[in-house]
Amino acid sequence: MADSPIAVEQHSPALQHHFADMEQQRQASSLGMWLFLATEVMFFGGMFCAYLIYRYWYFPEFAAASKSLDITLGTVNTAVLICSSLTVVMAVRAAQLGKRQAQVIYLALTLILGLAFLGVKAIEWTSKFKGHHVPGASFNFEGTIPSHPDQPVDQRHAQIFFSLYFAMTGMHALHMVIGVGIFSYLLYYAWKGRYTPDYHTPLENSGLYWHFVDIIWIYLFPLLYLIDRKK
Amino acid sequence: MSEHIISTGTYIAIWLTLLVLTGLTAGIAFIDLGPFNTIVALVIATFKALLVALIFMHVRYTSEKMVKVVVISALFFLLLLLGLSLADYTTRLL
Repeated sequence: MADSPIAVEQHSPALQHHFADMEQQRQASSLGMWLFLATEVMFFGGMFCAYLIYRYWYFPEFAAASKSLDITLGTVNTAVLICSSLTVVMAVRAAQLGKRQAQVIYLALTLILGLAFLGVKAIEWTSKFKGHHVPGASFNFEGTIPSHPDQPVDQRHAQIFFSLYFAMTGMHALHMVIGVGIFSYLLYYAWKGRYTPDYHTPLENSGLYWHFVDIIWIYLFPLLYLIDRKK
Repeated sequence: MSEHIISTGTYIAIWLTLLVLTGLTAGIAFIDLGPFNTIVALVIATFKALLVALIFMHVRYTSEKMVKVVVISALFFLLLLLGLSLADYTTRLL
C-alpha cells in the first residue's frame, strides 16, 4: 500500500483491517462479549432453576443444610469479590487514562483478591469433606429441621442441597480459576504497556467477565448461606 | 472516543454501598421476618447486581443500543425459564 496513490490515513496499529475505525472495532468486540455473557446467564440459569424447584420441594432440609455453611466465611468472600470488582474498574479506568503503573497495581490486586476468594472456598470445601457433607457413599448429615427441632432431616433431601451447593459453587469457582488465568495474562501485557487509552478492549471485556462472575456470587450467597438463619 | 470515563468517587461510592448491603443482608437473615426473609435477601441481591451491571459494567453509560438489547433479552429468557418452571412446579396437585 506504500506506493498507492491514495493517501492512507494514519491509524492505530491495533486496528484490524476489516473495521472502519477503532470505535467500530471496540463496539463489535463489546457486543460479542455481551452475547457470550448472555449464554453464561442461561448456563447458570439452569442450575438456579434446579435449585429453586428443589428448594420449593425440600425447604426444611434446605434450611437445615444451609445453616451448616459458615456464614462468616461466606460474607467475607462476598466482600472480597466486591473489592476485586472495584480493583477491576480502577484498572480499566487507569487504562482509559493511560496510566500504566496504576493498571499493573490494580490488576495485581485483582489477582490477589481472586486467589484469596479461592483460598477461602478451599477452606470451606475441606471442612465439608471432613464433615461427610459431600454427596456420595460416605454422605452423612445429622440434624433437625430448624422450624421443627424434634424432626430429623431426610438425608436424601439434604444430599440434594449439597449436590446443588457443590455444583453451583464449583462452577462459580471454575469461572474464578479461568478469571485468574485471564487476569495473569492481562497483568503481563499491562506491565509490557500494551493497553493504551486508544486500545484496551481486552481489559474491558475481561472486566465484564469478572463482574459477571461477581454477580453470580451476589446471588449464590443469600440463596445458599442465608436460607433460614433466624433464631 | 465515545467511551465514558467514570470518576473514582462514583466507583468508591458504589463499592461502599455494595459492602454495606452485604453486611445488611447477612445481618437481616438473623431477624425473623417470616416469608419476607427470602424476599428481602433477593431484593438486596438484585439491587447489588443492578449496581454492578449499570455502573461497574457501564450498561448505564453505553451508547450501544445492541448491548442493551442483549442484556434485556438475556434477562427476559432467564425469567421465562425460572417463571414458567416455577409456575408448573408450584401449582401441581400431587
